Amino acid sequence: MFEPLSTAQRGRSSSLDAIRRVLATIPDPEIPVISIVDLGIVRGVEWDGDEPLITVTPTYSGCPATEVIMADIGRALTGAGFAKHRVEIRLAPAWTTDWITAGARARLAEFGIAPPGTRSVATARVVDTTALHRSAVRAPVPCPRCGSAHTRELSRFGSTPCKAQYRCDDCLEPFDYFKPH
Amino acid sequence: MTTDERLFDYLLRLADSDLVLAQRLGEWVAHGPVLEEDIALTNVGLDLLGQARLWFAYAGEVEARFAGAGRSEDAFAFLRDGGEFRNLLLVEQPNGSYADTMARQFYFDVWHQLLLVKLTHSRDARIAEIAAKAEKEVVYHAERSADWIIRLGDGTDESHARIQAAIDDLWMYTGEMFDPDEIDTALAEDGIGCDVRTLAPAWREAVGSVLDEATLTVPGETWMQRGGKNGVHTEHLGHMLATMQWLPRTYRGAEW
Repeated sequence: MFEPLSTAQRGRSSSLDAIRRVLATIPDPEIPVISIVDLGIVRGVEWDGDEPLITVTPTYSGCPATEVIMADIGRALTGAGFAKHRVEIRLAPAWTTDWITAGARARLAEFGIAPPGTRSVATARVVDTTALHRSAVRAPVPCPRCGSAHTRELSRFGSTPCKAQYRCDDCLEPFDYFKPH
Repeated sequence: MTTDERLFDYLLRLADSDLVLAQRLGEWVAHGPVLEEDIALTNVGLDLLGQARLWFAYAGEVEARFAGAGRSEDAFAFLRDGGEFRNLLLVEQPNGSYADTMARQFYFDVWHQLLLVKLTHSRDARIAEIAAKAEKEVVYHAERSADWIIRLGDGTDESHARIQAAIDDLWMYTGEMFDPDEIDTALAEDGIGCDVRTLAPAWREAVGSVLDEATLTVPGETWMQRGGKNGVHTEHLGHMLATMQWLPRTYRGAEW
């Protein structure tokens, strides 16, 4: 049997839902077609005593967007009437592109960024030195514009640390690839 | 030395190697051989700088436990003299040519990845989580620098000769990566750090196999330089720090 929620409890949980809806409107500063919730970096929205606590994990350690995102969260929540809140950064578990939602992947492709493939790394970490060689097999990255699989990597890093630069050998367009991480 | 003092020193070693190499890579901004490489080098530097900040932040908290107050990330980076830096000698070596930069990077990246994988098992939860975060980034660094070693080694006569010379010149700075002192040993015994001697076989295997594919020769036995983790540096660090630190030291408290 479940105890029915009291009015106060219902109020507290609907506030968290409202906060989640606000967070879902905050765009990633560098890839504005996806939100910070789509990106998978919002790891928790909960009550800490009488204060809503929002937990965020960084994408890359040095990503300059992290500080912008923290400021955007503060502004958006204050604007929505949640001036009293706290935002905390949590490192573990480390962010992975596997947390990017399916809808966001489709919007990335429409935006011209090839979405990341799934990351095939087991939790028990070992160093895979075969990846250091030319013979290393890399999954093909289809062109987000024409869909061709004839693409090649130009540089392992693109306009941001999370992307690599590719070029399509069929439609000849260069494009960004969101690296599996 | 107390446990916290040893941990503090160890964290500075991790932070300083990241910071110094990030600064070196930053010197390439707008000087890269092609635009893509300019961007790639600075992105690698950005990752390392982010990792340095995580280690410094933790070092500051540990310092507060035994010294009453802990320094900020900026104070560690900008207000310490060369003798207080704990980085590997390898990472402070000048950029030189692109071959020198990529040889330095390749030696470091392979070691860095092996070390971080071990540290993900640290009994210190904070070290384990920072290592897990950093290791994902460093996998890319190692793949990229290995690719450059192969491209340059298996390239033209000129690129082959230059990368072989860089591989040979920097070899003497690789020994200290596997050379523990009493702080390393104490932390390894406590399950907090890693016994760096255990990294050597995998490093030699990975480096050797990439050099082989690059048609390069693994350097022979030579005198190995050491001292970075104890603050004894090559002459290059001081010059680098003069450039890196002059502004915050001249204009104390300056902000953007």
